[in-house]
Amino acid sequence: MDILPILSTLRRHKLTAGLLIMEIALTCAIVCNAVFLIGQRLHRMDMPSGVVEHQLLQIQVADVVKPVNPYARVQEDMALLRQVPGVQSVAFSNQVPFGGSSSNAGVLLDPNQPQRTLNGTTYFGENLVSTMGVRLVAGRDLRPDDFVDVDVALKGLQTGDSKSLPHVTLITRTMAERLWPGQNPLGHMLYLTPIVGLRVVGVMDSLVRPNAYDASTAQYTMVIPLRMSADKGMSYVIRTRAQDRAPVLAAAVAALKKADPQRIITTQRTFDDVRDHFFRDDRAMAGILVGVVSALLVVTALGIVGLASFWVAQRRRTIGVRRALGATRGNILHYFQTENFLLATIGIVLGMVLAYGINLFLMQHYELPRLPAIYFPVGAVALWLIGQVAVLGPALRAAAVPPVVATRSV
Amino acid sequence: MLVYYLDLAVRSLKRNRVLTTLMVLALALGIGASITTLTVLRLLSGDPLPQKSARLFYPQLDPSPKDSAITSKGRLPATMGYVDAMNLLHAHRATRQAVMALTRAKIMPPQAHAHPFFSDGVMTTADFFSMFDAGFQYGSGWTAADDESGAQVVVIAGFLNDKLFDGADSVGRMVRLNDHDFRVVGVLKPWAPQPRFYTLGLGGDHYGDGDAVFLPLKAARALKMGPQDTECYQAVDDFSHLESAPCQWLGLWVELDDASAVAAYRRFLDGYVREQVALGRFQRTDTSLLDLMGWLRDQHVVPDDVRLQVYLAFGFLLICVVNTVGLLLAKCLRRSQEIGVRRALGATRREIFVQFMVEASIVGLAGGVLGLAFAELGLFGIRHQPAQYAHLAHLDLAMFALTFLVALVASLVAGLLPAWRACLLAPAPQLKAM
Repeated sequence: MDILPILSTLRRHKLTAGLLIMEIALTCAIVCNAVFLIGQRLHRMDMPSGVVEHQLLQIQVADVVKPVNPYARVQEDMALLRQVPGVQSVAFSNQVPFGGSSSNAGVLLDPNQPQRTLNGTTYFGENLVSTMGVRLVAGRDLRPDDFVDVDVALKGLQTGDSKSLPHVTLITRTMAERLWPGQNPLGHMLYLTPIVGLRVVGVMDSLVRPNAYDASTAQYTMVIPLRMSADKGMSYVIRTRAQDRAPVLAAAVAALKKADPQRIITTQRTFDDVRDHFFRDDRAMAGILVGVVSALLVVTALGIVGLASFWVAQRRRTIGVRRALGATRGNILHYFQTENFLLATIGIVLGMVLAYGINLFLMQHYELPRLPAIYFPVGAVALWLIGQVAVLGPALRAAAVPPVVATRSV
Repeated sequence: MLVYYLDLAVRSLKRNRVLTTLMVLALALGIGASITTLTVLRLLSGDPLPQKSARLFYPQLDPSPKDSAITSKGRLPATMGYVDAMNLLHAHRATRQAVMALTRAKIMPPQAHAHPFFSDGVMTTADFFSMFDAGFQYGSGWTAADDESGAQVVVIAGFLNDKLFDGADSVGRMVRLNDHDFRVVGVLKPWAPQPRFYTLGLGGDHYGDGDAVFLPLKAARALKMGPQDTECYQAVDDFSHLESAPCQWLGLWVELDDASAVAAYRRFLDGYVREQVALGRFQRTDTSLLDLMGWLRDQHVVPDDVRLQVYLAFGFLLICVVNTVGLLLAKCLRRSQEIGVRRALGATRREIFVQFMVEASIVGLAGGVLGLAFAELGLFGIRHQPAQYAHLAHLDLAMFALTFLVALVASLVAGLLPAWRACLLAPAPQLKAM
């Protein structure tokens, strides 16, 4: 390629070429970082829950008048819900994955250690694992004889009677690996307070916390065999076929309302809605970033079109002379394409340095990881492409300049 | 002369419609994005009680044991336990003081067949209303004596009064809350400071209409109404006796009139904590007394995302300005001959410079007008976002003015270089080339 003549031409247009390089560099820097941020958000929104989300429904009920027997109320409701056509399984839980509000406990490996080893979330309720479709990778599920009524357990806590407390728990693979690295967790003991000791009887593949704000602790989850009573904040979790969700949800709500018209259904939604709601800020931010990146690329492309058109118009005569001296249309086209490629490359190199700087700044002020190297070629390719597309129009116009222009005075 | 320049500028801009449109559009996009994000930032970092915020302070202390892992991040707990909050409240060392916690109250409307509903409520003490400048439409707040006796009285927000009593003077009437009757003693005028600074750390929404009911803390707790957020530094078995549990769930606000009062209160607070250490109740002596705006900063009221968006928007604007510089420069270089003729006919460099700056500022003003439209569009988009503050995002007069300022400055900066180049052109070579 004839790079030297291009460089010598550019040297005569230092200012405009410099501006174009600067624009490309700034765009490249911002695009690299913005695409990185978008990737982060999308990755977060993709966080696995460990449950069969597309088959699950959540209904939350608040009783206006406290039921006489809140345990019987739950059993009645569950029986009622099981009769709704399309319902495969029903569970009653204190919390749901990505639900936001959560019950958490400090976990101790030794009942007398002063500081907790980690903070895990605690799911309580019957049928949870089977209804939510959580996969067990070792051990067994909780059995009905493991379960203890929550009031009995609370009384046991107050009187220090460990017999009336639950004795077993399920934990996730991630949590087991954190507590006992490299060991078989089955049979190990963990403690929530010095008197609440739980033996691990099963290991779940994955079950996410309701408050999964930090990916590193999102899987610190226990399922504890406590039978819950009807109380606000508790949820019925219903499993059904994915295509039946809407009618089943409506029918289930109607059945619950019919059983007691006085109570308030505070939440009724599919688990897709639960996830949507939990990650709504991330989605909104990702949307804004995508919008800004597109607008940036369009503005930069239009800037290149404008400057390239100006250059073509300015050099019409020179192009005519070159054509008259034997340059083909292709030569002229390539000239402008190469020129743009050169400018873009310089801009991209500067842009990379700038992108790295911006990333350093963001890392210092916000909890962001280092920009992975993979984003640099992404930004480079994007800007090379944009540059080539933008310059094509003006370059074709240049190639169309007839040789006869050379013989005319301007 | 200016009129002549304006005429020249308009002619020149008209000659290159596509280029002009590009410049205006790019500038407008940049300005629109910047103004949108700035409006949100200003909304979020605003002062909720401008007339009073400098006199309101939030004391903090740390009752957790030294080996507790919970406060190891070096931050004091956001809330206080009942015993300490009451000790500080009853010490009456500030002009006014109130403790508070948020709760959810189930309200049963008086109308027959009406369904009950849940509303946000505040459990607090008598000084709340006078300290936070919450005005009354009817009636007044309750007294310190009502606090002590646990009287079942309630102050309701205007919007709840409209809903329950059709906006009539409801003082003396009963409201059924969590299945108990509370006597209305006051109805508030619309009062919703944004952000709702007093909910920070208490587990409530930071923006929005505000709370519907305000109850005396003691009376509400007697009926087992619980706080929205409880932090415990030791294992707790029984959450129904929060008053004696090792848990923090109350916020204390104090009103202090001047710097000497603040210093005195700080000494009092430190003295109190040292006394508790001597008694063996506390192990840590750290305290804090932030003013309202300091407390908002401490609690990160402005989300990181919003700041990132502002940076992003100004980065975008910068690129748009560079873009405009490039295009204006290209235009001006194409007009070298015209400039040569004008200079030969006697125009000074200054006049050429002014002419090009006028052209640039016309681009800027057009960009500003269009940018305003983009900003309105952007804010419309923001209002449809899920954030709590979304519906508050509106362009006010100051931001309206700022839009044009930003537009003008951006375009003048963009015009500087081309205009400078234009006025430096030597006329002779240009004329020769003709």
